[in-house]
Amino acid sequence: MSDIEILRIDQARLADEVARTIAEGGRMQMAYAWYPNPGQIELRYVASRTDSGTAHHNFTVWKTSPRGEVQSLASVSPLLGWYEREISDLFGVKFVGQPEPFSLVLHQGTAPPLPPLHPSYPADVAMPFKPGLTAFPEIENEDVQRLPFGPVRADVVESVELVFLYVGEHILHLNPQLFFKHRGMEKRFEGRSLAYGVVLAERVSGVGSFAHALAFCQAAEQAAGCVVPQRARMLRSLLAELERLYNHLHYLGHLAHTTTLKVGEAEGKLLEERAKQINARLTGSRFLRGMLIPGGLRHDLTPKPWLSDALETLREEIARYTAQLEGTNSHLDRLITTGVLKRQAAFDQGATGPIERASGIDRDLRRDHPYAGYGDLSIVVPVKNSGDAHAREQVRVAEIDTSIAMIQRLLLLLPDGPVRATCAPPPLSEGLGWAESPRGSLYYALHFGDDGILSRVKIKSPSFSNWRVFPFTVHDSNMMDYAINEASFGLTVAGCDR
Amino acid sequence: MPLWTLFGLTQGKATTPWPGQSPRNINDGQDNLLGMPRFKPERCETGCAECAAVCPTGAITVQPDQSGKDRLEVDYGRCVVCQLCVETCPNDAANTSFDWAFGVRERSDLVLNAAVTPGIDAKAPAESRNGFRRSLHIRHVDAGSCNGCESELQALNNPFYNLHRLGIFFTPSPRFADLLLVTGPVTYAMRDPLHRAYEAMPEPRWVMAYGTCAVSGGIARDGYACGSGLDGILPVDLYLPGCPPNPAAIIEALLMFLDRVPQRAQGGRLGE
Repeated sequence: MSDIEILRIDQARLADEVARTIAEGGRMQMAYAWYPNPGQIELRYVASRTDSGTAHHNFTVWKTSPRGEVQSLASVSPLLGWYEREISDLFGVKFVGQPEPFSLVLHQGTAPPLPPLHPSYPADVAMPFKPGLTAFPEIENEDVQRLPFGPVRADVVESVELVFLYVGEHILHLNPQLFFKHRGMEKRFEGRSLAYGVVLAERVSGVGSFAHALAFCQAAEQAAGCVVPQRARMLRSLLAELERLYNHLHYLGHLAHTTTLKVGEAEGKLLEERAKQINARLTGSRFLRGMLIPGGLRHDLTPKPWLSDALETLREEIARYTAQLEGTNSHLDRLITTGVLKRQAAFDQGATGPIERASGIDRDLRRDHPYAGYGDLSIVVPVKNSGDAHAREQVRVAEIDTSIAMIQRLLLLLPDGPVRATCAPPPLSEGLGWAESPRGSLYYALHFGDDGILSRVKIKSPSFSNWRVFPFTVHDSNMMDYAINEASFGLTVAGCDR
Repeated sequence: MPLWTLFGLTQGKATTPWPGQSPRNINDGQDNLLGMPRFKPERCETGCAECAAVCPTGAITVQPDQSGKDRLEVDYGRCVVCQLCVETCPNDAANTSFDWAFGVRERSDLVLNAAVTPGIDAKAPAESRNGFRRSLHIRHVDAGSCNGCESELQALNNPFYNLHRLGIFFTPSPRFADLLLVTGPVTYAMRDPLHRAYEAMPEPRWVMAYGTCAVSGGIARDGYACGSGLDGILPVDLYLPGCPPNPAAIIEALLMFLDRVPQRAQGGRLGE
């Protein structure tokens, strides 16, 4: 496990510390608020840093207790902008100098009597709501057309409203109106047991069920200081890679759909189905649910002897399939130079996972901050520099390969032994858990009350980060490429909206 | 230059022969898939309260029966298939099952009821759907799901399940839709778009609550941003709980809706 240092800091010094951390090669990961006691709110800022001398990675968490308005840090670290707006909506904290001073998570027209994450806001009372108009750039030129698309869109997809400003084929601006699906998941953890928390975490983002539950469990384990048995840690990594596998296969099938490769789409989705059937055969769930509990696994698995052969068969089919994709000009023509995300924008705006790695940023939590069984594996992190849709596809194709290789290695190394240890976080403890989900970095911050049950859970999902970045690749592009570009990002809405 | 058509042809037929005339042991793709637990309420004499307390969604409750003893009550419309009760309930009152999620026409058929004998009380559909038995067009609306339901709905059109072969299609426009298939607990922000999609559908039109969230709110029931599913928002013609329902169960529920197969469950139990 990486080290985590928690430092109390005066609000006035925070901007300088954040700037210094970034100058030294660190990066902000998230910010959130919570109430240590009902009368006092506290802000937390989480940064990842690398000690240049020892190449040792760690996390720094700054905590500060604001009084009144708070200085926005969006000009120092732009990716913090969305976190500040979320804190404003859900906790009522005002940020001064925020470049986008509009609500983000709560739609215009909501009128909660108290901010919904305030401890006095009851768990089961709905906010009053009357649909209203959202903040939107003003248009002066009458040739510019406005196209609202969604939230109910064509095909079986998640709900999001995409508002385009365009002239002819040319997109000037994209404003994705997210959070139609905001369910208030973070508040639902409050006052709940750990077993309940796992069930919730598994249902924050269905196609990231395992990564969410894993980050949640690891945060609880850190708070409790319990040690997960080696067999359970290795099986956790194995299951996490199976999750990556079916997600990436779905991604390829969907991308082929947008470049109108009918057989390519069918084959990708068939391979995804095979991977999901393997999940069910191993765990009883196509989404790898019902396996995790703080302290280990709920029950042992028997991946031997069949899983290795099943994956090798699948690997050969995937290799044939991806070689076909990579040799199809009509497919490549639509991907190369489409939706370019520059390295600097990816870094500043907080791109994560395959998206940042396709833009030349060499980061992966599995290698940089090892957890579960990853400390015992050598981890290859594919990185591309061109930042276009093709690079995003290539990174995922390479990750499929490394995932299967890792699973095979884990099957060889898998020791016998127990899969569960007792794990009970003490009262007033806290923990930070993370996982490199198929879509990128995922964090859970847990705080326990004086009765030892959950009092605050913050979820930082990868899609929250990548949705923030995505419009930067759409501005100044064309309509024809939009669907391909969106597919190349592989976003989920549920994870972002929570 | 790859020849995709040839590539596809050499792959052979990928589609499952289910549901057809084939024997029951064919590969339907649902091997080892855990379903909603089966309950034997009479076996739970002591410790029933633990059984109910562990359920995250209140699907299991304890009520005193006539003799004043605790008796388990189960509402499958709230079950999220987490299997916690199987691990907790004493005396095998809750057991692992591999039952597929089951679709029903009446919400009450998801509530465990010993007085109902499955297979006998099957009600005929209230209205004839004769014009739609061979072809159905579905408009899907995501009203705040976790994307698990969407993942399984998208799977229906993969070559393994190949929903088209059964005459069932997803359509982009509600104007062409016969059935509105809704996922999620219906968040405050999706209520209005959901109503507008329904209003845009021509009559006759039907509504399906797909997944436990749409049936009852599931794990997201009654928060500051959520409702408790479709009941009270739209008239529901078909309920299919599950978290998420497995693909074969969706197909079966849709065929049931079209009167092409009988409803399997009554009173929360499957007919054998």
